[in-house]
Amino acid sequence: MAAITLESVGKTYAGGVTAVHAIDLAIEDGEFLVLVGPSGCGKSTLLRMIAGLETISSGAVKIGNRVVNQVEPAERDIAMVFQNYALYPHMSVRENLAYGLKNRGVPKDEIARRVAEAAKILEIGGFLDRKPRALSGGQRQRVAMGRAIVREPAAFLFDEPLSNLDAKLRVQMRGEIKQLQARLGTTSIYVTHDQLEAMTLAHRLVVLNGGRIEQVGTPLEVYRKPASTFVAAFIGSPAMNLLQAEVSGGRVRLGGASLPAPGAAEGKVTLGLRPEDLQRTRPGAEGALLMNVAYVEELGAQRLVHGTVGGQSLVCAQPVESDLGDTLTLTADPAAVHLFDAASGKRLG
Amino acid sequence: MSTKRNTFRHRTLPYLLIAPQLVVTLVFFMWPAAQAVIQSFQQEDAFGLSTTWVGFQNYQALFADPDYLNALKVTVVFTLGVTAMSLGLALLLALAVDRMVKSATVYTTLLVWPYAVAPAVSGVMWWFMFNPTIGIFPYLLRMVGYDWNHGLHGTDAMILVVLAASWNQISYNFLFFVAGLQSIPASLREAAAIDGAGPAKRFWTITLPLLSPTTFFLLVVNFVYAMFNTFATIHATTQGGPAGSTNILVYKVFNDGFIGLNLGSSSAQSVVLLFIVIALTVVQFAWVERRVQY
Repeated sequence: MAAITLESVGKTYAGGVTAVHAIDLAIEDGEFLVLVGPSGCGKSTLLRMIAGLETISSGAVKIGNRVVNQVEPAERDIAMVFQNYALYPHMSVRENLAYGLKNRGVPKDEIARRVAEAAKILEIGGFLDRKPRALSGGQRQRVAMGRAIVREPAAFLFDEPLSNLDAKLRVQMRGEIKQLQARLGTTSIYVTHDQLEAMTLAHRLVVLNGGRIEQVGTPLEVYRKPASTFVAAFIGSPAMNLLQAEVSGGRVRLGGASLPAPGAAEGKVTLGLRPEDLQRTRPGAEGALLMNVAYVEELGAQRLVHGTVGGQSLVCAQPVESDLGDTLTLTADPAAVHLFDAASGKRLG
Repeated sequence: MSTKRNTFRHRTLPYLLIAPQLVVTLVFFMWPAAQAVIQSFQQEDAFGLSTTWVGFQNYQALFADPDYLNALKVTVVFTLGVTAMSLGLALLLALAVDRMVKSATVYTTLLVWPYAVAPAVSGVMWWFMFNPTIGIFPYLLRMVGYDWNHGLHGTDAMILVVLAASWNQISYNFLFFVAGLQSIPASLREAAAIDGAGPAKRFWTITLPLLSPTTFFLLVVNFVYAMFNTFATIHATTQGGPAGSTNILVYKVFNDGFIGLNLGSSSAQSVVLLFIVIALTVVQFAWVERRVQY
């Protein structure tokens, strides 16, 4: 087990494309860190640089106290779970688990002990002698994790390990990965494009965009105080509403409506309102938002109302039993009002 | 795989449609094969004036003939030599190309060119290069004290025909190996690298086993190539000599039948070859079914 430190780590490809811009990040020993962002944001490249599968163009990667820039992947004491599992198709599950240990010259009885232990933890004891092709997606996923844990490495690296599973299995495996990591206490870095996975798994999550860090924080910090409109739109489902508005005299003004403005911003801003933070209020209330309802999506637990406010589209979440008219009168708690710079998209206040 | 059954309104139409292929097969394959089987039981004089039914005597004579047994031995050596050489070099080249990022397509294209050269032409080319009097290689070998003469030394002649026959086949094998390597996901090799396997170990424990379907297919194809398709190469270089040291079975069929005009023996030899092909095909299918998928 070890801490992992990135010191202005960057990646520029031979063609001149920069995938990752000087990233600084300290991952604590035993932490579960999730790198999340849309495809092409550099999250996988960053993970592969930590694994040693990509060369590091600039900066330094430290595992423990050792700079590993020039260290072979095998010598970095990490284990990786790949998106397509990368199980060796010509080896049985047992051989797959033992391969890394055998290569390191671990004694036979020790290999047998560790394989048996991993098989017990992951409940794959029943098919140790099968080939990967005879396993279901979820079982393959477990074997891939088994191959990582038998090595007892300093850190686990996960590269979108759940994206090949169906939705139901994904939720189940997500829970298992979380429990497993809590139980083993091994430092883990997990890459995903799924914000829900990021929110549920992470101790801390790192939102990446265009090869740069947008925000680092615990899931709740990121959810409650998104650092930019990018994070605001990316984290949370349904996505936060982003509306063009203006601040004057301590109030955010949007058409005829106005909401209390946090901080001391003035002028044009982007107003962020989470659909679940919008509450109905009595018609004619002072400064309330008047929403024209366009259509309703039933989700079972709640309903999503889509419509417009002053010509800008807006979504709000409402209880299922609520009876809706053509217009809704909405308001939001001052704490739920997010303001972003209209030009840069950075959070204000 | 889904199969779709089409129905024709006219009964004769399907037969008409497959007729061209059937006619070609019957006239150029089945008829000569049947003819060979019949002739292998006959003895004919050199002018074709009298034909006698001799039963299995042609076969008995064949397996008692030291020349034929020698040709069998030569064929085994030649086939193993060509297969090992063309598979080995092709795999090396394919691995080299697989590591390249930028110019892989250029190399692939260049390496495929030899396949387009007719075996007789490449045979002549090798014959020139190794000609004991005017060739460049004997000249170089003489500098290191080796007297190359494939007209006199059986081993030299064998090396020459193996080289000439392999050269054509390397391109073909190379293409299949490149395709085979490309079908191995990069993540497998990455996983093996993280699992502590060095490049050599990765090759032996991951790449080679995963290439085994390709390798096995090529093994059979190369066996068949070396045994049956190398007539032109031999004919253009050594003509089976010296003293039968490169006289492979196919070349002996030609020599005994069309030069020696011993049609009975030549036919019997063809029939033996026919059975070898059948055996190879059976082995191939049995193995492909069992071993290739994992």
